[in-house]
Amino acid sequence: MPTLSQFLSQAFNGIALGSLLALIASGLSIILGTLGVLNFAHGAMFMLGAYTAFVVLSHWDSFAAALALGALVLLLVGFATERGLVRYYYARPKEDQILVTFGLGIMIVEAVRYVFGPLSQPVPLPSWGRGIVNFGFFIYPLYRVEVIGIVAVLLFAFYLLLYRTRVGLVVRAGIEDPLMVELLGTHVQRVFLFVFCLGAVAAGIAGVIYAPLAAVIPNMGEPFLVQCFVVVVIGGLGSFVGALVGGIIVGEIISLTTLFDPAYAQAAIYAVMTAVLIVRPRGLFGTMGRA
Amino acid sequence: MLKSSRRLALRWLPELSMAAALAILPFVFATWLGSVDLLTRILIWGIFGLGFDLLFGRTGLLSFGQGAFYGTGGFVTAYLLTGGFLTNVWLAMAIGIAAAAVFSIAVGFLALRRVGIYFAMITLAFGELSYFLENSPLARWTGGENGLPGVPAPTIQIGDLHYAFAGSWPGYQLVAGFYFFGFIFARFVVLSPVGSVLNAIRQNPQRTAALGHDVNAYKLAVFVLAAVFAGCAGALLGIFQSYMPPDAFALETSGQLVIQTVIGGAGTLIGPTVGAAIWLTLRDLLQQVPAIGDLWKFILGAVFVVLVTFMPNGVVGTIGRLAMRPRQKPESAGHIRDSGISGHDAVLAPRQAPAASGPGAAPAGFALEARAVCKSYGGIHAVEEMSLALPEGSFHAVIGPNGAGKSTFLRLLKREEPADSGQIMLQGVDITAADVTAASQHGLAKSYQINQLFSSLTVRQNLRIGALARQRGRLRLDIFRAADGFAEVEAVVAALLDELGLNACADFPVDTLAYGEKRRIELGLALASRPAVLLLDEPLAGLSPAERAGVKQLIRNLGKGRTIVLVEHDMDAVFELAERITVMHEGRKLAEGTPREISNDPLVKQAYLGGMAAS
Repeated sequence: MPTLSQFLSQAFNGIALGSLLALIASGLSIILGTLGVLNFAHGAMFMLGAYTAFVVLSHWDSFAAALALGALVLLLVGFATERGLVRYYYARPKEDQILVTFGLGIMIVEAVRYVFGPLSQPVPLPSWGRGIVNFGFFIYPLYRVEVIGIVAVLLFAFYLLLYRTRVGLVVRAGIEDPLMVELLGTHVQRVFLFVFCLGAVAAGIAGVIYAPLAAVIPNMGEPFLVQCFVVVVIGGLGSFVGALVGGIIVGEIISLTTLFDPAYAQAAIYAVMTAVLIVRPRGLFGTMGRA
Repeated sequence: MLKSSRRLALRWLPELSMAAALAILPFVFATWLGSVDLLTRILIWGIFGLGFDLLFGRTGLLSFGQGAFYGTGGFVTAYLLTGGFLTNVWLAMAIGIAAAAVFSIAVGFLALRRVGIYFAMITLAFGELSYFLENSPLARWTGGENGLPGVPAPTIQIGDLHYAFAGSWPGYQLVAGFYFFGFIFARFVVLSPVGSVLNAIRQNPQRTAALGHDVNAYKLAVFVLAAVFAGCAGALLGIFQSYMPPDAFALETSGQLVIQTVIGGAGTLIGPTVGAAIWLTLRDLLQQVPAIGDLWKFILGAVFVVLVTFMPNGVVGTIGRLAMRPRQKPESAGHIRDSGISGHDAVLAPRQAPAASGPGAAPAGFALEARAVCKSYGGIHAVEEMSLALPEGSFHAVIGPNGAGKSTFLRLLKREEPADSGQIMLQGVDITAADVTAASQHGLAKSYQINQLFSSLTVRQNLRIGALARQRGRLRLDIFRAADGFAEVEAVVAALLDELGLNACADFPVDTLAYGEKRRIELGLALASRPAVLLLDEPLAGLSPAERAGVKQLIRNLGKGRTIVLVEHDMDAVFELAERITVMHEGRKLAEGTPREISNDPLVKQAYLGGMAAS
């Protein structure tokens, strides 16, 4: 049996991983909810954020610069993707949207592989993130504690944006019924562009934060994409709260299962997803309407 | 005689061409590329793709987890052979394929609970699950990241002749043999009624279910079938390279299958094989070019994005489309007979529903009866305490102002939505808890306010989908029958084409027809199952006065012997056609009576005029 300190430290890992997953998944989820497009390139966008952090932090010890540049890169990528590709697909079948973003994801990953090479490369921790925290009965890497704090702030900002601003109201209304929003006189195309960029930036920022925790490698986004799908299935489509709770659930399951037998860590989240599908097919916080 | 032999030759032309190609191509590959192995690999992907094309190209189910079944078939076969449990390779393959099928039933049961985007996500997740299971918890049996080396090749023994399918050419013969039989089998499926239903599901699953086909069961069937093809391909992969690689389970495998299918052309059967040929050949060629060798996958990804955007039918589909000359559609629709009896009346007469029996059965006094049916959405009572009793063969209209709940009431009757309370009896059988498919199988059909057609199928194929439902029941896997091989179905379709006046455009896709013609097909679809009870939701909506007259005549001609509920805003038509009228207002029954009683009812006048004054 694992000791209490091992257990607590893994539980903390679960929160760190889970909150990151929540951030990526909420980006995926609002794009899916508002535009109706399942962005298969979302994992690649996360990876782009991580590589931005790799480039910045390797040369310059400024996490703020990495965050700003990561957000900017993904803002541009999101803008170019929506204007240049995705918007031509709104009227096409869902399957075509999946296929084209899947192809785009391959292109992004392969371009990064070409530029940075196929090998995994370490990312230096920012100087204020080095060291450990002593919680008394267990010790924990400082940066991970800070990650939880940073992501919590970001998620709270995301929440405020969606639930306390005018544009957030339009986005949430768009998730319920995009046609009605259009009929009420809001330029839906512009909202779509905004939401797509917002989702891409969320994935990118998560990538920046994640990069120092592990090394970067071109296909690092793939497991995160799949885990985000699990989060969305568990939490429910287009629900911010669902992405939040689903993310923490998945993060904790992976971390705590690892404590007992790492071999089953991944399998366990699919078991939970299966259970949710059987008991509540719409997801914990999903509504029945769309998809 | 001549015609039937020509028909037979046409039916088997693709198979004969395929046999010729499989005989000639290996020599082309051996001459130009020095080895036949590349072609063998293409055909292994091709077998994998035949099943996937039935699933995605035919039925429209985009799965990103097919690697799970490819890997399962391959690893179970390889494990049985390398672990020393079996020496008979054929038997091991059969067990491997069966294992893939069983796994697919479990995954399909869960994944098919959701459609579209969710289906893609869930299949992908299960694909990843099997990859992780193979890699660590099951590594003791699967070799984990090392895979399973030393998979033996099968042998055949005919008399003294002993032949092992080991090595390059024998390996090709083995794989080509499986591919050929897989192709013949897949062609049977496509040409069977099952293939027609799958096609209908892709285009409009709701209508397919409403016509009486068990959509979920057909989806599960094709999902399992695709897994059988995948398992077979996986087993052949291990046998051919005498090594079963773990990345058979990887997302990369499932993704490559999707890409190859789309590049080659979904819904063409050979599309995935052509796509595999393009993918594998381009990969080999590009990797040899020094400057861009490392970018081969980027280039293929870009090609894929461009193809999805500009050539959604893929290579094979686009060539096929160019090869087919567009025919000139006849200008105007045909004639609808004026009145009187026709030779088709017997063919189109209502089909007898299965006799009511068991504890749920009641004496069949009414054809359709609703007892105090209620439905609310949140706080809005859309339908409240609606009761209706229709004697056999009666014509009943439901009228009322917009938003009165008429369409909702029809949806409740057809079982498209569950009622909150109340009871619905169809020919003495309680169908309150039945699903829309069961209601249809029991002789209840509906034509929709907004056309619900299979738009890329021809008029004839549309009507056939409707007629096949009653003929074959909820689910039948009669894949060795031809879709047009039911004499009774073809008679119904021919009679309907005649009655609808659509003979001239019978073999044109529905989406090339005019709105008025589509409206008739909508009615025809409902009638194709020869229902005893027919619900008509605004059949005259959007039609010109001349077209209205035509459709009214159709309802008179084809409504004979049926019990009809008509919802319609055209009051002239209602008072002309209906024997009894129910007036609905704000979800409730306001009045009921003969047309004369209704037109003199002061309450009705007030409701209609009041409604108008308010709006």
